[in-house]
Amino acid sequence: MTDEKSSSGAASEADGSSAPAAVSPKATVARVPAAKPAQATSQGAEITRRGLFSWAAVGWVGFTAAIGGCMTAFGRFMFPNVLFEPPTSFKVGNTEDFPPGVVDERFKEANGVWIVNNEGRLTALIAICTHLGCPPAWLEAQNKFKCPCHGSGYYKNGINFEGPTPRPLERAKISIDPDDGQILVDKSQKYLWEQGQWDDPSSFIEVS
Amino acid sequence: MQQLKDLQKAIVKSQIWKSIFRVGIPTDNRKRALATLGNVVLHLHPIKVKKSGLRMSYTWCMGGTSFFLFLVETITGLLLMFYYRPTVEYAYFDMVDLREVVAFGIMRELHRWAAHAMVIAVWLHMFRVFMTGSYKPPREFNWNVGVILLVLTLLLSFTGYLLPWDQLAIWAITVGSNMARATPLLGHEGPGAAFLTLGGEKLIHVGSDARFGLIAGRTIGGGTLIRFYVLHCLGIPFVAACLMAVHFWRVRKDGGISGPV
Repeated sequence: MTDEKSSSGAASEADGSSAPAAVSPKATVARVPAAKPAQATSQGAEITRRGLFSWAAVGWVGFTAAIGGCMTAFGRFMFPNVLFEPPTSFKVGNTEDFPPGVVDERFKEANGVWIVNNEGRLTALIAICTHLGCPPAWLEAQNKFKCPCHGSGYYKNGINFEGPTPRPLERAKISIDPDDGQILVDKSQKYLWEQGQWDDPSSFIEVS
Repeated sequence: MQQLKDLQKAIVKSQIWKSIFRVGIPTDNRKRALATLGNVVLHLHPIKVKKSGLRMSYTWCMGGTSFFLFLVETITGLLLMFYYRPTVEYAYFDMVDLREVVAFGIMRELHRWAAHAMVIAVWLHMFRVFMTGSYKPPREFNWNVGVILLVLTLLLSFTGYLLPWDQLAIWAITVGSNMARATPLLGHEGPGAAFLTLGGEKLIHVGSDARFGLIAGRTIGGGTLIRFYVLHCLGIPFVAACLMAVHFWRVRKDGGISGPV
């Protein structure tokens, strides 16, 4: 993490021994020229102007470093390391559990995806409206996804056709786990239609 | 009667009385000035008030109304904190209980209505100050303080919106915080964020960007709730109160409430 310097920025006040004594206009005593500061002896802690400034500089640098370190630490503190959220990658079953033409809604509540078997391809559509992030609903009777917030509509394949949404739904990475043959969905990897990523073999599973 | 006078004398001469009021009953102008200067309550009141400053048609009393509503929010909000627990398990049901089983749970409604009223009042105050030209020198600095206070008022409104933890709250904050995705450089969908890489790894992604830091996760959840709760009850009110002190002090120092030119 950050290397925090703690510094006691103690810039001791000059006691005017080196500066000429301030003379008020009412003073009637003769002005005595200020004595030259004596050379610092081994015992003498004579404060010179230069010495004071260098100490002040050290103090300020230390103070700034400490504050900077604290602000950096605070910034890092606000980014949690452990999230209490559903895992981004999960298994949804075998390919035969998803018959052709069906939008499977079982995983929408917990994991936020629809598993759609459409036109020979099995895809995991992320159930987040690309307009402003509300969750659309699958309307079986009208054969479309419809967002309740602002009325965006998508075909079964996820392509947008009505409402304010600017782009289609996003696909999550979908693959067959080689160990047990189950379908593995990974939401951390997304495939966007408008970037031509729906041709990527990781974005669908071929089903007959 | 004489006994009463003696009693009054004894009280006024007592050490306790003197320790609180510092100066005795003022008998000359100097003592009167000292009594005003040496007493926090009296020094809050201006020495002179312009006639125009008292005209409702000129001030609309919107600055004072905003401050009054802030005090209402502080008091009702403090009372709500005795019952409301900012966790996913309890938040919504505590809010419902305030409405249905808590004696004087109307505090919740008061808090909500006063919140709406405060946002309206602050906007109207800004409108009045603009239309009367009260932002002109020497008041330019105070206009800027006021703009920051307006932003803080809106942030208080936004953070408080999540606390009932119902569908409306969650989706409003979802939509609202999605704007942070588009932050330049710091939002994972914002301009320039794609260029921030370290050894081929993206530095700014959905789990590390400004939105993530704001809502403590990739989606709205328990982390967001407690974070917004702390900001709503402690962080933003503290900053707003400090700036309000500056704001009122500057009104006084800039010559009181501005009058018609």
